[in-house]
Amino acid sequence: MSSNKSISWTDNIKYVIVGILFGIVFVKAEIISWYRIQEMFRFQAFHMYGVIGSAVVVGMISVWLIKKFNIKTIEGEEITFKTKPFSKGQVYGGLCFGFGWALTGACPGPLYALIGTGASVIIVTLISAVIGTMAYGILKDKLPH
Amino acid sequence: MLELIKQPWPWYVAGPLIGLTVPILLIIGNKAFGISSSLKHICASCLPVKSSYFQYNWKEEIWNIFFVFGIFLGGIISVTFLSNPAPIDLNPKLVSELESYNITNINNMVPMQIFNWETLFSLKGFILLVVGGFLVGFGTRYAEGCTSGHTIMGLSTLQWPSLVASICFMVGGIIMANFILPLILSL
Repeated sequence: MSSNKSISWTDNIKYVIVGILFGIVFVKAEIISWYRIQEMFRFQAFHMYGVIGSAVVVGMISVWLIKKFNIKTIEGEEITFKTKPFSKGQVYGGLCFGFGWALTGACPGPLYALIGTGASVIIVTLISAVIGTMAYGILKDKLPH
Repeated sequence: MLELIKQPWPWYVAGPLIGLTVPILLIIGNKAFGISSSLKHICASCLPVKSSYFQYNWKEEIWNIFFVFGIFLGGIISVTFLSNPAPIDLNPKLVSELESYNITNINNMVPMQIFNWETLFSLKGFILLVVGGFLVGFGTRYAEGCTSGHTIMGLSTLQWPSLVASICFMVGGIIMANFILPLILSL
């Protein structure tokens, strides 16, 4: 680990660009809308199911193509996939996140986009999410996994 | 063309674009799509927490902070150049339910009648904005991912634990939205 490695702005600008495009999709498809999330959890509209479902299908096909044709990164590196081992956290933590998602109408990505759209009070929600993350870090060893 | 972009985008345009984020991030930098980990990197880089959970080289993960900063900029750009003045087209059942909680202004992305600085200091606002945010941060780290990391990236790579997590996200949301949130909104 090279902890003294400085942060390169030129290496990271590409992620800002992808983030911008992603944020625009979030806003224009109303994925950051509290109302669309309420419709989803009440089974009152197909919209969010269509968004998530088609995103998963496109993601799956893309990953399959990358593996099948052994596609490399633009720098010629082998693309690696990490496995996510099962833990009880996926159940307990998943339920906690579900509660929070329905309350705030936002998963972490939309929080950033919402602040950008001018919903300034969401800054408090983001800070609270950071505190929640910190609480998990402190309590981690005491929680069932 | 600009007029078309300003209209709300249908699911079959937005969903595939979000799905394409998976191969784009892999190809441009071998990065696994995920957003909630940004909250962990904020903790590790900014907060003086001693927990071993935050003892790692966050600089190696800094791309994630640039990515979420981009999402924030995307929000600014959409609202400045691409905004659509028409109100959101909602299911009438939801509209009338919300009216019963005195939520009548549905013009923004969030109900501004409760998502504002004044309401923040009421019990209702505190539960929605502060407790809700806490649960998002705590829950996504405990589950090791959110909608992007588990539901999209995890399912795309056929990880069954991600399916378990995604089902739990939905179950939690359905319970909250249908059985608990109505009580909170009635406060």
